[in-house]
Amino acid sequence: MKPEIKIATRQSFGEALKKLGDENENIVVLDADLSSATKTEIFAKAYPERFFDMGIAEQDMIGTAAGLATCGKIPFASSFAAFATGRVYDQIRASICYPNLNVKICGTHAGITVGEDGATHQMLEDISLMRGLPNMTVLCPSDDISTKWAVEEASKINGPVYIRLARAATPVIYEENKIFTFGKAVQFGDGTDATVFATGVEVAEALKAQEILKGYNIDIRVVDMLSIKPIDKDIIERCAMGTDRLISIEDHSIIGGLGSAIAEVLTERYPAKLKRMGMQDTFGQSGKAVDLMNFYKLNAEAIVKELKN
Amino acid sequence: MEVNESLLKELSKKAINIRRNIIEMVYMASSGHPGGALSIVDILTILYFYEMKVDLSNSKDENRDRFVLSKGHASPALYATLAEKGFIKKEELRKFRSINSLLQGHPDMKKIPGVDMTTGSLGQGLSAANGMALAGKLDQKSYRVYCMLGDGEIEEGQIWEAAMSASHYKLDNLCVIVDNNNLQIDGEISKVMSPYPIDKKFEAFGFEVLRNRWS
Ligand SMILES: Cc1ncc(C[n+]2csc(CCOP(=O)(O)OP(=O)(O)O)c2C)c(N)n1
Ligand SMILES: [Mg+2]
Repeated sequence: MKPEIKIATRQSFGEALKKLGDENENIVVLDADLSSATKTEIFAKAYPERFFDMGIAEQDMIGTAAGLATCGKIPFASSFAAFATGRVYDQIRASICYPNLNVKICGTHAGITVGEDGATHQMLEDISLMRGLPNMTVLCPSDDISTKWAVEEASKINGPVYIRLARAATPVIYEENKIFTFGKAVQFGDGTDATVFATGVEVAEALKAQEILKGYNIDIRVVDMLSIKPIDKDIIERCAMGTDRLISIEDHSIIGGLGSAIAEVLTERYPAKLKRMGMQDTFGQSGKAVDLMNFYKLNAEAIVKELKN
Repeated sequence: MEVNESLLKELSKKAINIRRNIIEMVYMASSGHPGGALSIVDILTILYFYEMKVDLSNSKDENRDRFVLSKGHASPALYATLAEKGFIKKEELRKFRSINSLLQGHPDMKKIPGVDMTTGSLGQGLSAANGMALAGKLDQKSYRVYCMLGDGEIEEGQIWEAAMSASHYKLDNLCVIVDNNNLQIDGEISKVMSPYPIDKKFEAFGFEVLRNRWS
């Protein structure tokens, strides 16, 4: 990991959108009165004629994006993850996924790391909702570089994609020239004591834990599950065979999220015990992101504690 | 096309065929919504045989007019009209709502040429129609977009979000039709959850409203 340069993935998203806009005039962007927070304002400033603020009307935003897609546009519709998925689940299901339309849904402010806004704004069920939909691809990038890749990659997929993004600034993990492969996870280290499967903001925490654990002679590998659907089944099976313990960690409910997705693969390919770290069937609360991550056992220290036992 | 006696005669003949096919389809399927389908036949006939630019030989033409049947449960009317127009084989109509048929209970744009939007969950079609109209503006195309709403359907909040957007983005290439048959599933719309006065509401949202009452 590079020395702590921190960037929020929503910022990377906004910059990546603008770059896509430079290259492809079919890219259009919709937002629901949150463009300064989701960072779609970067695109809006560069291409005002291709940016549509739909007001505080997320259902209409999703439907309008669907209509634009039927005419060959590539719409990116963005809001906070709670309002971009939960609020409009049926619109995504009936007007985008069933007709398999080329709409990208970008939920920023996912998870408890939203912080002070509290439970209504801390979306903890979006991975679960989105990955259950036929035709939907779900990407959950972990840093600036992987987010820029995810946005670009989403534009190349002809069909619905959900990109899960965070509010909080998190460390840049990857080198600028990192090459990602669609549907493949990224493995850090090849320790055999444990595998920590992490996604989104938790990847940096898992990497921190990996460093700390070396001091205790515990050698783990970390796997960045940046593609939730399709999920990298081979790496899950390989790690289950090659390491003593398996942990998943996500800033999301343990019901239906990354942990569940990995458990599904394990039951079919290589039954093994999996400890699911994440929100334990509970809502979040207001507070500083760091304090919440500590309270809900979603930080490096919690991973270290788990693996020292 | 000039509106004269013979054209009107021809159109009413088509409308009769469409009605007959609707009844047969719903009878064969032993399910479906005959009322909401029959109440839009005249409008669909005018749209598809007089008003809209659609071409059987080029069903995906970027410049074609679009139609969104937001009240998707009236699918038999759309299917029968598209069959009359040649987009659907007449034999296929008998397979409405049966397994492996193109003719799903609600319209599926990926299965049937001539269907511009998948619908079925009420309240969503106007937003999609707006998206099509916006795309037309962006690409400076001259096509028009028609959207058919149920009078019960407009109880959905998303309809009014979309009405606001249509007016905000000045979508003068959009034509919204409300099928005011005064019925929804649980009874008369005025008793279940009255959306009246419908005309004044759309006017207040910035629409130019034409009222058409049956004589
Ligand atoms: C979101 C949603 N809720 C409920 C239904 C079930 N439903 C199908 S038709 C209908 C009544 C529609 O009434 P109206 O819009 O007036 O249509 P009409 O049949 O009178 O043309 C209902 C409630 C649905 N299809 N979608
Ligand atoms: Mg009605």
